Amino acid sequence: MSAIGQRTKFSTVFLPILAWLVALVFFFPIFWMVLTSFKTDADAVKPEFLFMFTPTLENYTNMTENYDYWRFAVNSVITTVFATAFTLFVGVPSAYAMAFNPGRHTKDILMWMLSTKMLPAAAVLYPMTFLTKNFLNLFDTHFLIILVLSLINLPIVIWMLFTYFKEIPKEIIEAGKMDGVSVWGEIKDIVLPLAWGGLASTALLCFIFCWNEAYWTVRLTTTDAATLSKLIEGNRAPEGLFFGRLSAVSTAAVGPIVVLGWFCQKQLVRGLTFGAVK
Amino acid sequence: MASVTLKDVRKSYGDVSVIHDVDLTINDGEFVVFVGPSGCGKSTLLRMIAGLEDITGGDIGIGDVRVNEVAPSKRGVAMVFQTYALYPHMTVYNNMAFGLKQAKLPAGEIDSRVRAAAEVLHITEYLSRTPKALSGGQRQRVAIGRAIVREPEVFLFDEPLSNLDAALRVNTRLEIARLHQRLGTTMIYVTHDQVEAMTLADKIVVLRDGRIEQVGSPIELYDNPRNTFVAQFIGSPKMNFLDHSDLSSANAKALKIDPKAGIFGIRPEHLKPTTAAKALISAPLELVENLGEYALVHMVTESGREMIAKMDKPPKAAAGDMIHLTADAGSIHCFDADTGLRI
Ligand SMILES: Nc1ncnc2c1ncn2[C@@H]1O[C@H](COP(=O)(O)OP(=O)(O)O)[C@@H](O)[C@H]1O
Ligand SMILES: [Mg+2]
Repeated sequence: MSAIGQRTKFSTVFLPILAWLVALVFFFPIFWMVLTSFKTDADAVKPEFLFMFTPTLENYTNMTENYDYWRFAVNSVITTVFATAFTLFVGVPSAYAMAFNPGRHTKDILMWMLSTKMLPAAAVLYPMTFLTKNFLNLFDTHFLIILVLSLINLPIVIWMLFTYFKEIPKEIIEAGKMDGVSVWGEIKDIVLPLAWGGLASTALLCFIFCWNEAYWTVRLTTTDAATLSKLIEGNRAPEGLFFGRLSAVSTAAVGPIVVLGWFCQKQLVRGLTFGAVK
Repeated sequence: MASVTLKDVRKSYGDVSVIHDVDLTINDGEFVVFVGPSGCGKSTLLRMIAGLEDITGGDIGIGDVRVNEVAPSKRGVAMVFQTYALYPHMTVYNNMAFGLKQAKLPAGEIDSRVRAAAEVLHITEYLSRTPKALSGGQRQRVAIGRAIVREPEVFLFDEPLSNLDAALRVNTRLEIARLHQRLGTTMIYVTHDQVEAMTLADKIVVLRDGRIEQVGSPIELYDNPRNTFVAQFIGSPKMNFLDHSDLSSANAKALKIDPKAGIFGIRPEHLKPTTAAKALISAPLELVENLGEYALVHMVTESGREMIAKMDKPPKAAAGDMIHLTADAGSIHCFDADTGLRI
């Protein structure tokens, strides 16, 4: 009796407090960043002005007028949308094949794909830069960024789709075969409608990963294909520490994705737990 | 309509062989039941006929056509799955129409077929619902409807009643029997339940470990089981198996029981009470299950074998009292002790 009572107290009082604390710790930097983006660079570094300051939009107008925010934003949208679309375009048929027509080496292929994520990006930085610049002439092109973002995310996308497809009862697929459905019809009329939630979660995560990617987008672009990550990076150092400006750029860069994430929380949780939460 | 022939059909998964050289002819319009314990290969055999499993060896023919390499939808078969396997995101109507749409039938034809099947199965009012909003029995009907609308040459059922409750099972069993009567189409039905097999089948195929043990009409299997496996699988309660030491030798001789046999099988319903002097078997009463209509009398013989007698009335005896039983010579089945084969 007392044990149950303790557990109840633990879970009704202590756990929520802990959850709020953790949430606060995670949320504070974002909060601070948004706040700072409305301060002048001078105010931004003064601790006494943490909460009390005269808000200004100066950083934002400055950003759009002098730093070409919209060009970076458009590049981000283009590369992210096309990379996500291409990743799904390749990922759906691959995951379908592995989930419903597994061969003897399907497991190995899945493991191998995951293992590519273990390769440190820095290890291939030089060949990637050298080859794309000097041989392929793709450096700083949308095509290259879309390709790189797609390839980075393909393993995780295939894994996610594979697990979602696996949840579809085998008999339903077989019923489709008895009904004489074509392969394309099977994907379109049976698999995708049944894995719709999973597909949406996967697309969303892929979108977010593409949007946030910084390692390659910063290093493989200069101007033409530069994304918002590059804009933040570019505002980081050269003229000293301009916290107000940097915060405004960062806020404008992560803003869209935070809003998107907020509206799709449910899908995201399901996506990140590979469908374990229902 | 079509016959189905299996010739030396084999199936293995890697090194594991699960179907061994099955030969079987199913006549046009016949209702055939594959029966056997769980894991004996019934579903595998059915799925090979459906085209959902590759055939490792041998030939399967439907009508005059060898179908080994023919796609499932082109074999003229329709299947009802154990789990129903309805498309959860489609309405009942579309579940039934889906196959016809794939076959590119004209819309009018599809509509009339779906509505006719729905009428027969009493699911017309649910046509616009999704399977989620249906009870188990209704889902089962939709699954059958989906098979009917395709107007197949052969119906395949894989344990279609196993997810229904007892009362519904009896009802649906009857409806499947009616369906067969009305359509006259060849049907192959898989079950582990011998009652379903006995009540539905024109022909029963008893399977064990991927081999056919016996093929025959229900009554043939009941009267003349080929071996002890079939004998104890068909009929409920199970046939009693006894050995020499359980029988009174004088009365056994009087009944002209084959002295070479090592195992004697007598069905519970064929045991009759008698006097101590005329008893073939005498055993102490263990307990009585009285079902009103009849009573099941449980005993344990001297050699430790459990046996059951089915009697019209419970005996007037207490636990431990001797029960004296006999049977007609014709209803005593003799089997070889080593091979289990009928003598
Ligand atoms: N995909 C598979 N891989 C390996 N063994 C299988 C597979 N499917 C079925 N089996 C084996 O084949 C045997 C027959 O299975 P099944 O036809 O489902 O039996 P039943 O329907 O009579 O219960 C079983 O021993 C089962 O373990
Ligand atoms: Mg089975």
